[in-house]
Amino acid sequence: MLKLQSINKYYNPGTVNEMCLFKDFSLDIDEGEFVSVVGSNGSGKTSMLNIICGSIPVDGGSININGKDITNIPEYRRLRSMGRVYQNPAMGTCPGMTILENMSLADNKGKSFNLRLGTNKRRIDYYRESLKTLNLGLEDKLDVPVGSLSGGQRQALAMLMATMTPIEFLILDEHTAALDPKTAELIMELTGMIVREKKLTTIMVTHNLRYAVEYGDRLLMMHQGEIVIDKKGEQKKGLKVEDLLDKFNEISIECGN
Amino acid sequence: MEVIIGILEEGLVYAIMALGVYITYRILDFPDLSVDGTFPLGSAIAAVLIVKGINPLLTLPIAFLAGGLSGILTGLIHVRLKVRDLLSGIIMMTALYSLNLRIAGSANLPIFSKSSIFDNPLLNRIIPDYFRPYLVLAILLIIAAIMKLILDIYLKTRSGYLLRAVGDNDTLVTSLAKDKGTVKIVGLAIANAYVALAGSIYAQMSGFFEVSTGTGTVVIGLASVIIGTNLFKRMPLRATTSVIIGSILYKACVAAAISFGMEARDLKLITSILFLLILVVSHDRKRRVKANA
Repeated sequence: MLKLQSINKYYNPGTVNEMCLFKDFSLDIDEGEFVSVVGSNGSGKTSMLNIICGSIPVDGGSININGKDITNIPEYRRLRSMGRVYQNPAMGTCPGMTILENMSLADNKGKSFNLRLGTNKRRIDYYRESLKTLNLGLEDKLDVPVGSLSGGQRQALAMLMATMTPIEFLILDEHTAALDPKTAELIMELTGMIVREKKLTTIMVTHNLRYAVEYGDRLLMMHQGEIVIDKKGEQKKGLKVEDLLDKFNEISIECGN
Repeated sequence: MEVIIGILEEGLVYAIMALGVYITYRILDFPDLSVDGTFPLGSAIAAVLIVKGINPLLTLPIAFLAGGLSGILTGLIHVRLKVRDLLSGIIMMTALYSLNLRIAGSANLPIFSKSSIFDNPLLNRIIPDYFRPYLVLAILLIIAAIMKLILDIYLKTRSGYLLRAVGDNDTLVTSLAKDKGTVKIVGLAIANAYVALAGSIYAQMSGFFEVSTGTGTVVIGLASVIIGTNLFKRMPLRATTSVIIGSILYKACVAAAISFGMEARDLKLITSILFLLILVVSHDRKRRVKANA
């Protein structure tokens, strides 16, 4: 499915601040896998997602999806078959447009944005039904601008919008980090439900070790641009939060903290 | 009465231009200064074509297209050559000044005696004399209404949705697998097409092309947009309607200033002082926060 092959990535190349993040970094993700990724700040989690999506270029190596080399394909074209939910709930929706308009935008992904009406009236019932699954009462607020919703409501909407059209790949970039614990729980449950239902290949970056252990069928821990833990299947099921904490401590001691 | 009609006429011509500025400033969040060049571009094209004997009505779509082309160039400079938004507009504005002189052949080109969309044999035959004083106003009202309706409808299409999205949160546009740069170029094209159309009508109304008429256009446009959208924020009015009313109100303010003893040569001074006042009163000084917050 996804294959990162000997990726090199430098920040500030040619200056005194040059920093090598990835050196010969490789990763294989199988079709239908739900991978959770943990790691301290600066370990390269978000950079990895940005490299996969094409938000930042690589300095070497290749990115393949289903055998197709996408290393030089611009971000917006890669995202045709990917959905991405960001840490900031404001990134996944348009604040000045209504819920209905946002849903319509998401529904038109992959189609041509021509001079047809932006909102297809026959789809409104479908939008209402899918909003109802969120249990946030958004189905009665179709004409409310998204900017006046709470962060949790917006993130739930962003989640729905990112997975509305058929995608092959879902990218979750600390998507519960900006939410209160209760809302975060709700969004995680929603995530689990959508991923199961649509059988999406998913990468989820999170700082919440419990989510990383509870959700997904593979777990990666990253440190300084390298994968230090990679467990899947039965091994992953046996993993506990404590094990991850131990590893974190071990790494920190190595770093001299 | 005559004064009021004058204000309405000027207000409506500039309203069409302000609709264009509304697209760039409010929807795209792009401070497009090239408007100062595209307005006289429309005037120059209309004047030259009319002198050449082309049907005045035809000058409108031609000016519209020329404005669109100019908008595309501003967009290309910004998006493809990665020049900052403000600077892209300034580059186009400066280039257009010379281009407008080239098109018109001189700094001013009178078309008083020629036929125009307001004064042509056909109209003279069918319009009764008592309606004559209101003729210009009526025609402007029709054009402004049509242009407003077209914009309203466009903003409800898929393409229009995308345009609104790119100013609101361009990350989402990328997520929708669309190139945000292209969307911006489309927006700039439509906006400048509106501005040039207004310029072509303005030349026909005033009876001449004058290369300096463009100076300060963007300020008038911004003032109209800000007055309109702030004053009627809480009213159930469409933003496009508010912009048109804003433009008329703005022209009324200028007329009032002149009637209080300011002279015509003080016009640009009045324009900028009024604009400053509007900015301060409406708290629109800061650029809108891009953080989608």
